[in-house]
Amino acid sequence: MAKRIDVSGLSAFYGNHKAIDDISMSVEPRSVTAFIGPSGCGKSTFLRTLNRMHEVTPGGRVEGKVLLDDEDLYGPGVDPVAVRRTVGMVFQRPNPFPTMSIFDNVAAGLRLNGTTKKSDLTDIVERSLKGANLWNEVKDRLNKPGSGLSGGQQQRLCIARAIAVEPQVLLMDEPCSALDPISTLAVEDLIGELKERFTIVIVTHNMQQAARVSDRTAFFNLSAVGQPGTLVEIDDTERIFSNPSVQATEDYISGRFG
Amino acid sequence: MTPSATATPDAAPPPAAAPDSAVSGKARRPGDRIFLGLSRGSGIALLVIMAAIAAFLTYRSVLAISGDHANFFTTLDWNATGTEPKFGIAVLAFGTVVSALIAMVIAVPVAVGIALFISHYAPRRLASPLGYVIDLLAAVPSIIYGLWGALFLVPHLGGLYGWLDDYLGWTGVFSYGGGAARSLFTVGILLAIMILPIVTSVSREVFLQAPRMHEEAALALGATRWEVIRMSVLPFGRSGIISASMLGLGRALGETMAVATVLSPSFLINTSLLDPGGGTFAQNIAAKFSEADTFGQDALIASGLVLFVITLLVNGAARLIIARRKEYS
Repeated sequence: MAKRIDVSGLSAFYGNHKAIDDISMSVEPRSVTAFIGPSGCGKSTFLRTLNRMHEVTPGGRVEGKVLLDDEDLYGPGVDPVAVRRTVGMVFQRPNPFPTMSIFDNVAAGLRLNGTTKKSDLTDIVERSLKGANLWNEVKDRLNKPGSGLSGGQQQRLCIARAIAVEPQVLLMDEPCSALDPISTLAVEDLIGELKERFTIVIVTHNMQQAARVSDRTAFFNLSAVGQPGTLVEIDDTERIFSNPSVQATEDYISGRFG
Repeated sequence: MTPSATATPDAAPPPAAAPDSAVSGKARRPGDRIFLGLSRGSGIALLVIMAAIAAFLTYRSVLAISGDHANFFTTLDWNATGTEPKFGIAVLAFGTVVSALIAMVIAVPVAVGIALFISHYAPRRLASPLGYVIDLLAAVPSIIYGLWGALFLVPHLGGLYGWLDDYLGWTGVFSYGGGAARSLFTVGILLAIMILPIVTSVSREVFLQAPRMHEEAALALGATRWEVIRMSVLPFGRSGIISASMLGLGRALGETMAVATVLSPSFLINTSLLDPGGGTFAQNIAAKFSEADTFGQDALIASGLVLFVITLLVNGAARLIIARRKEYS
């Protein structure tokens, strides 16, 4: 159900521009790891290398290794499509398929995997919507379009869609930055429940959020604009926010940055 | 937005001798007034022109149809001269609709395929030159297509006709008895090539606007490139494809020179699409208008009115299809 991630010597490029440089870290299974850092430090880019979404950007390429348990995601013969079925992703802005109903949105990934039996789909869709704490709000209107939901509901619908295919890892790219505080709280509660089953990596600009939801926190930084982003340190969240080992981390989290 | 807004104590006094306050909606700058007049005038002019065309067509048509000594809709003949004129649009309506339908069936899938290739498959180095070439096709005058159709397409379609006759001849729709390929089917193929550019470029523009976030949503679920297109690009582009097809259909329905050059005109409805003969509204008008007397012109105008109505109906149907799933977009 949940696998560990080991990244070693990973750099990512957009054409000739190096976006992140030589990152190595490990992510434990069934934990929440938060990525924090200033804008442009490459934390979203790094997140997208973990399910090979980086390379769909024109000019995007990656050097280094990402091991999921012992399998290199960038090894020869690895199909990026298969990687993305194993490592799910939730985006900054809720993006349910606008032409699909709520049911079809959650079932979309299952249908890609070849689950077509109606009773199986119904079961998994219900379980996933319950898992995303959305079932009670939408159970009477599963055939209505997903775009009719509120922003927070749409984001939980996207989470339901991502967990319906039972991924090993769930990547979240600032999942709450477009949501109001109440919806944010709902999603944060959900993250706490989901980590029982999934390995979760979350990018956030909100340091209180990182402190609330994560077990470990990684701080990314860049030396100057145009320079590649680097990993400054990764440690237990409590330690990062109370007694970080690098001065730059302390400056950033205490607001004395730059 | 009321003049009393000036009464607020901390509001600055209105500059110079402006009769209205600075926040009043009535104080318009000359540029705004000119632009408003221009755009409103254009809108009204469009309506007036449309009404004038409709009134003209209707008036002349009524003259023609009331002088027709046969049923205007079912007669398989066009004889608009003499003391007992007998003419009907059955052949023209059949030929116009059938040739345009053949064109659509061939052109729309190909055009959507080309548009998807340009927008989602081709490397950027190849995509833009290919787009220019497609747009260039639209700039070729229709008489050139007609000449190419008559001098190249017609002599070279014998093989395809024979093949269709061998495998689909039993349906009756594709039976072929030999002879020059100056049939509605050839016209359909030619029209398909002519409407390909417009359908392609409109579809391509729509596909390029498919939201990146929905494509990424599909990608992140582990969709292949085709599945991404099926889940996020095609649903988004659906109404655009329909609009593009309607633009193409409008051109196919009204095409004159190319049809007149290729088709061997005759006033009969063939059961086989491959048999030479038939006619379309536009082709018939072009062929007969210069030699017609006043009543003959009225008769041709009446047929033009029918084409106008068919085009309107087709557009209305397309709008209905688009509106039906509006909730989802």
